[in-house]
Amino acid sequence: MPWRLLRFGLSKKHPEPRMFDAPDALKSSYDVVIIGGGGHGLACAYYLARDFGITNVCVLEKGYIGGGNTGRNTTIIRSNYLTPEGAQFYDKSLELWKDLSTEFDLNLFYSNRGHFTLAHTDAAMRTSRWRAEVNKHYGIDSEVVGPDFVKKHAPMINLQCGHHPIMGALYHAPGSVARHDAVAWGYGRGANMRGVEIHQRTEVLGIDTKGGKVCGVKTNKGYIETTKVLSATAGSTPRILKMLDIDTPIFIHPLQAMVSEPLKPWLDTILVSGSLHIYISQSSRGELVMGASLDPYEVHSTRSTLDFPEGLSAQMLDMFPFLSEVKVMRQWAGMADMTPDFAPIMGKTRIDGFYLDAGWGTYGFKATPISGKTMAYTIANDKPHELITAFSSERFKNYELTGEKGAASVGH
Amino acid sequence: MKIMTCPINGERPISEFYYWGAIKTPPNPDTCSDEEWSDYVFNKNGAPGVKKEFWCHSPSNTWFVAERDTLTDTILTTYLYQGGAK
Ligand SMILES: Cc1cc2nc3c(=O)[nH]c(=O)nc-3n(C[C@H](O)[C@H](O)[C@H](O)COP(=O)(O)OP(=O)(O)OC[C@H]3O[C@@H](n4cnc5c(N)ncnc54)[C@H](O)[C@@H]3O)c2cc1C
Repeated sequence: MPWRLLRFGLSKKHPEPRMFDAPDALKSSYDVVIIGGGGHGLACAYYLARDFGITNVCVLEKGYIGGGNTGRNTTIIRSNYLTPEGAQFYDKSLELWKDLSTEFDLNLFYSNRGHFTLAHTDAAMRTSRWRAEVNKHYGIDSEVVGPDFVKKHAPMINLQCGHHPIMGALYHAPGSVARHDAVAWGYGRGANMRGVEIHQRTEVLGIDTKGGKVCGVKTNKGYIETTKVLSATAGSTPRILKMLDIDTPIFIHPLQAMVSEPLKPWLDTILVSGSLHIYISQSSRGELVMGASLDPYEVHSTRSTLDFPEGLSAQMLDMFPFLSEVKVMRQWAGMADMTPDFAPIMGKTRIDGFYLDAGWGTYGFKATPISGKTMAYTIANDKPHELITAFSSERFKNYELTGEKGAASVGH
Repeated sequence: MKIMTCPINGERPISEFYYWGAIKTPPNPDTCSDEEWSDYVFNKNGAPGVKKEFWCHSPSNTWFVAERDTLTDTILTTYLYQGGAK
């Protein structure tokens, strides 16, 4: 055991400064209570404090920060979405990502890789062209490329892919990956430095309202008076909404992922195949980070299955036969909060002072900065930010769904 | 391998089944408002609990009802649909 670690164990006081302080008790009231210490909740707290000077804020996290989907995702960051509202929103997020490490003075391992959405059918080629045109219109770097270009950037690939030969791809040069838990820590530390309190192992058990307005929050550590509450609880969103009797279209299916043992670097791009339902990138530690589509039915837990690595590996070997001897090292799952149109539900709700940031399903990590920023605006002004009006829960009532499925389902 | 009991074919691996979703009763489409209809189509009680769901054993195309705890993924019982959703 390293001596430093022993010193930590024996010392009464923590011998090194912590990322953020751990207050002993909750105050009796806050201006804003944020439920969920994932990237989204912490980012919102950060921008509330930094951009709007609202610092009497607490973030309540029932486990540990970043322990939800923030610390379970496969960290693909991109903005080549299909709808105008989606493309513009995610592109703003990408702009924020680029400066985050400097802003936090914390290395997020933000690594620009280039992102390929492989097409194995005429229909997939058509969607690629469509996405490229929408993207170019909004100034997003996106183009359709042929199999040779794919082979040049991923020389180990088998272009035949079993029975699904690769016809081409949508190539998105800005596609990136980042270190996920560092994002939560960076936002958490930044918010805490500006006065926000972070309470871990603090679970919200109920939300009180009076005359259609939020008035307080019950937790396992006591009662809090407040008039503004944000739920940023991803896979637990329906449980929070049940406290307020709000029904939404959100449904929870597990999403699984796995990593291989570390290998020497051989893959420096991100590859996604909608037809094979798989995606892969190589982390800075050399592990292959791999995922597939959602589990096929509703489950509210983070259990893993054997079917998942079996199915995913079979498809992966069609694409990269040379991986047959490589071992799978870990697998895990997160609870994905899905919506019928693969777009989030953000903004105000029918209860005054209750704000929702949810429906992030399989694609919300990349949106962490922009959702934090736009939700902070929405809470500070009690008015939805213009970038998120298309994502209001009203869209279902008005039959105005977004059409993001083609660009969001397996691509993350 | 998780096992599910088809009311006709008995115990089969879960990969042979297709999940449709919780059973909901539609309002009368001739008389309900657009808003009531959208509520029926889109909204749901997404919280965990014991739910009555439609499942299908795909090789034999047998549709049936499963009562399942969506928190623990425990299948409590399965039976053929008797009409009258609830
Ligand atoms: C396997 C997997 C792969 C993914 N890959 C990608 C990807 O490549 N790219 C991408 O952009 N997105 C991806 N996603 C999606 C992304 O991870 C999420 O959309 C995003 O991280 C959501 O962040 P969040 O802060 O909203 O939620 P979370 O990080 O889940 O945080 C919510 C927090 O709320 C807490 N909480 C819940 N209930 C309560 C309560 N009652 N009281 C207090 N606290 C509570 C939870 O403990 C949790 O920590 C993936 C998801 C999974 C599961």
